[in-house]
Amino acid sequence: MLTGVKTELGRRYRFAASHRLHTEKLSEEENARVFGKCANPYGHGHNYVLEVSVSGEVDPATGMIANLTELDSFVEREVIEVFDHHSLNEDVAAFRDVVPTTENLCIEIYKRLKSFPKAKLERVRVQETSNNSFEYAGENGRENL
Amino acid sequence: MVLITRKIEFSASHLYHNPAFSAEENRRVFGKCNNPHGHGHNYTLEVTVAGEPDPVTGMVLDLKELKEILEREVMQRMDHRFLNYEVAELKGQIPTCENIARVIWELLDPKIKQGRLHRVRLYESADLFADCYRNGAAC
Repeated sequence: MLTGVKTELGRRYRFAASHRLHTEKLSEEENARVFGKCANPYGHGHNYVLEVSVSGEVDPATGMIANLTELDSFVEREVIEVFDHHSLNEDVAAFRDVVPTTENLCIEIYKRLKSFPKAKLERVRVQETSNNSFEYAGENGRENL
Repeated sequence: MVLITRKIEFSASHLYHNPAFSAEENRRVFGKCNNPHGHGHNYTLEVTVAGEPDPVTGMVLDLKELKEILEREVMQRMDHRFLNYEVAELKGQIPTCENIARVIWELLDPKIKQGRLHRVRLYESADLFADCYRNGAAC
C-alpha cells in the first residue's frame, strides 16, 4: 500500500579498527602533507559508530520493517566480524589499494550491506569520532541523504 | 529552505504480541518484547520542520508553538503510558518504533501550519530508531 509517509528503520553498531591514510601514488612528503598525522607509519585506531537505515513496508503482523535479529546478524557477519579489531589496511581486501578514509569505508560498508534480503538499504552513516561523520546512499543516492 | 529540529523525551511501556499468532510464534518473532506484563523505554523524539525563515521574525516557525504542539499531541498522549492499552491511535497495531513514529507523524502533520513537517525520528534506545518522511520527498 503506497501511503503519504515513508518509514525507515535505523540501527546503530560499533566497531574498533585501525587504519593508516597513505597512498603509493604520492611521495612521502605529499602523503605527510595531505594526510598529516593520519599518515604515521604504524597507523592508529578509532571507535567507529555505524548507522544503518533500511526502508520497506511495515508488516502489519509484526509492526516491523525488518526483524532486528536478522538485520543484526547480517550486519554482524558482513561488517562487524570483518572490521572489528582489525587493521582496515592490512586485513580488508577492499583497502589493499584504496585509502581507508571514512568516505571509502562508508562506500565499502554500503556495498557489503546492499544485498540485505529483507529490506531496502537506504544509507549508511559512519562516525569516525564524535566530531566527524560520513554518509553514503549509493551511486544515485543523493536524494536519500 | 531551512530545517529546524526540536527534541523531546518521554517514557512509556509496551509489549509486542499478535493475537493471531500462537504463543510459540509470538515468542519466536518478538522474543523478550513478548513478556506479558510489558517493559519500558525512554523514548527520544526529534521533530524536524522545513521552511523559509519569515523575513520579519527570522523564524521558520515559533519553537514555542512547536513545543506546545508536541506537549499536547505526544507528551499528554504517550508520556508515562502503556502504549498498547492507553494510546487509541496504536490500537490493533504492534507498538514498534516504526509504528509509533508513524502515529506521531500523522498526529503532527496536520497541526504544523508554519513550515512543513520534514522528518520524525523516534529513538527507542541510542541504538534503535525509526524515521518517517513524506513519501516522494527527498530525505
